[in-house]
Amino acid sequence: MSEQSPKERRIILKHTDDPAYSNRISSYLGVGGYENLKKAFGMKPEEVAEEVLKSGVRGRGGAGFPAGMKWKFLDRKSGKPIYLICNADESEPGTFKDRQIMYKDPHQLIEGMMIAAYAIGAKQAFIYIRAEFHEGARILNRAIDEAKAGGYCGENILGSEYSCDLVVHRGAGAYICGEETGLIESLEGKRPNPRIKPPYFPAVLGLYQCPTIVNNVETLCNVRHIVEMGGEEFSKIGKPNNTGTRIWCVSGQVMKPGYYEFECGALTLGQMIFDVCGGLRPGRTLKAVIPGGSSAKVLRADERFSGSLKDGTAFDWGLEDIPLDFDGPMAAGSMSGSGGIIVMDDTVDIVEAMANINAFYAHESCGQCTPCREGSLWMRKITQRMCSGGAREEDADLLLSVANQIEGRTICAFGEAAAWPTQSFVTKFKDDFIKKATDSQEERNPKSLQLI
Amino acid sequence: MDNSLNLSEQTLSKIDEVVPKYPEKRSAALMVIHLVQDELGAVNDKACEWIAQRLELQPINIKELITFYPMLRDKPWGRKHVRVCRTLPCALRGSYATCKTFEKKLGVKEGQVREDGEYSLEFMECLADCGQGPVVIVDEQTYENIEGESAEKFAELLLDGKLEGGEEFKSYEESLNQGS
Ligand SMILES: Cc1cc2nc3c(=O)[nH]c(=O)nc-3n(C[C@H](O)[C@H](O)[C@H](O)COP(=O)(O)O)c2cc1C
Ligand code: SF4
Ligand code: FES
Repeated sequence: MSEQSPKERRIILKHTDDPAYSNRISSYLGVGGYENLKKAFGMKPEEVAEEVLKSGVRGRGGAGFPAGMKWKFLDRKSGKPIYLICNADESEPGTFKDRQIMYKDPHQLIEGMMIAAYAIGAKQAFIYIRAEFHEGARILNRAIDEAKAGGYCGENILGSEYSCDLVVHRGAGAYICGEETGLIESLEGKRPNPRIKPPYFPAVLGLYQCPTIVNNVETLCNVRHIVEMGGEEFSKIGKPNNTGTRIWCVSGQVMKPGYYEFECGALTLGQMIFDVCGGLRPGRTLKAVIPGGSSAKVLRADERFSGSLKDGTAFDWGLEDIPLDFDGPMAAGSMSGSGGIIVMDDTVDIVEAMANINAFYAHESCGQCTPCREGSLWMRKITQRMCSGGAREEDADLLLSVANQIEGRTICAFGEAAAWPTQSFVTKFKDDFIKKATDSQEERNPKSLQLI
Repeated sequence: MDNSLNLSEQTLSKIDEVVPKYPEKRSAALMVIHLVQDELGAVNDKACEWIAQRLELQPINIKELITFYPMLRDKPWGRKHVRVCRTLPCALRGSYATCKTFEKKLGVKEGQVREDGEYSLEFMECLADCGQGPVVIVDEQTYENIEGESAEKFAELLLDGKLEGGEEFKSYEESLNQGS
C-alpha cells in the first residue's frame, strides 16, 4: 500500500486505501456505487458515448488513444455482435495500478464496464486478467456475482431490456497477451500471436472477427466518473488533450516508491521523484529515469529537452521539468506509456540494466516476425556477454544496428517496445557501453547490485 | 465424457460451468487448462487429449498452448512453488540476491524442482507489484519487499512451514480488506 501524498487528487483511487473500505458490494454501494449506471441507463447509449468523447479521456493502457474516438470506429453496419474487453493483463514492467483497482475496488471497474457495454451496445463483456493475479480473479468473480444479484450486470440490467454477461478470463503468464490483438487471439483459445493492422483493427475485426472494443482497466473506470461529472466537466480536470487524472507507478531507487494519482500535468517528473517519492537514498544522485514502463525510451538525468509543443509554445526542459501528463514525456522524446516510472541512481550499472530489459523482451517475443524474434535474442545475448567479461567496443554500434532493424518491421508494436530501450540506452549512455569494454573485465564485484 | 484423468467432481463441474460462458468452445481452452493443471500439477499429453476432446479440438490445439505460455506446464513444479520477480524494478531492489538466497536455503536451483519434490524455484517476469519489490509469490500468495536479511528469514519460515498465517510476513492478499 502506498502512503497517500497530500497533493494527490484521487478520483479512481478515492477509496482503495481506506482501511474501512472493503472490496465487497456493501462498501461500494455505501459510497454511491452503481448510481452512475442508473444515470447512464436513463440516457440513450449514443448520449453516453458522446459524453465519453467530450471528456477527451485517453487510453491508460499505453498508447493514449482517445477512448471516445475508438468507440466511434466500431463497425456497426456489419450487423455482427459487438464485444467489450477489459485489458487487465497489466504486464508492462513498472506498472501496478490496475492491480490496486481490481483487488481493492472491483465494483468500480464493473460499473465502468457495464456503462461502456451499454454505450457501445455490447452483447458480452470480458475481463482478460493475467494469471498471476490468482486472488484478483476470485475477487472479480465474487464481485460479478454480487453485481448480478443486485441487477447491475448480466440479465436485464436494472430491469431494462438490456443484458450483458461479464466473464473473467485468465491468461497464463505471457506479456504479449497485453497487446490487444494478441489478447483477442488468446481469448479465442489460441496462441497469442498478434494480428496485423490493417485490416485487423479490433473495432472492425476483433473477437471472432466481430467489432470489439479493448480498453484498459483504468480507462474503463474513468467512464464511470465521466458519467457522474459529465464529459464537459471531466475535460476540465488536467489539461487540454490531457484530461483527467493518471495513476503513476513509481518503482526503483526512490525512498517511497508507490502509486500516486494526480491530475494530468499537475506536477513535474522532478516533483514526483524528489517531493512525492521522498527523493533518492542518502548520498546518491540521479542517473536515469524510464518514464512510461520499460518499453519507453530512457531519459538521462543531465539531458536537455527542447522544441515546441503542439500548441506552439517553446520548451527547454531538464529531466526534472518534464510535466507528468501524456504530452510531456512525448515531447521529451519518450512516452508516458502505462505510467510506470522506473528510477535509477548512480549506483546502477547501465549496461546491466540494459541486459535486464533485453532479457525481458527476448523472453516475451511471440516469435512470429523474424526481426523481433531474432533481434530480441541477439540484443539479450550481446548485453549478457558484455556483462560477463566479454564486452567489445563495437558492441554499442552492433546493438543499435540490431534495434534499428526491428523498429517498423514487425506485425505488432512489441517490435518498437523491444527496440526503443536499446536505441535510447545505447545512444544516451554510449560512454558506459564503451567503458564496459575498455575497463578491466575481471569478475564483477560481488557486492555491487546485480541486475542480470 | 470419460474421466480417464481421474479429475475430482469439483473440477469436472467447474469445467462444465466455464465452457458455456463463451460463444465458442475453443475460447474456454485456457480456463479448462488452468482447472486441470490446478488439480494435476501439469498438463501432459494424455491431459491434452482429454481437454481437446472436451472442447472438440485436436490435441495439438491444446499442446501448442502448453508449450507457449510460461505458466502452463507438462511436468509439475514442487509441492511448494516459489516465484521471484526478475524484472528491472525488482532487480533494482535486489531480487537477484533474493533468488540466490532461496537457491541456497531451499537447496534448489532456479528453474528446477528439488529432488524430493518439496520445493521448486522460478524467476518470473514483472508481477505488477513493482513498488514493493522484490516480489515473491509462494503458490498463490504474494509477498513484498523480500530482500537481504528478510529473504533469509522468509526462506527459514517457509522451510519450517511457518510462513503462511505467521505474523512476520503478511501476504498482499491477506492484507486486503475483503469484508464479510
Ligand atoms: C507489447 C504490448 C503490451 C501491452 N500490454 C498492455 C497491458 O498489459 N495492459 C494494457 O491495458 N494495455 C497494454 N497494451 C496496449 C493495448 O494493446 C491496447 O492499446 C490497450 O489495451 C487499449 O486500451 P486503452 O485505449 O484503454 O489504453 C500493450 C501493447 C503492446 C504493444
Ligand atoms: S513484433 Fe514480436 S511480438 Fe509482435 S507479432 Fe512480431 S514477433 Fe510477435
Ligand atoms: S518488476 Fe517485479 S513486480 Fe514489476
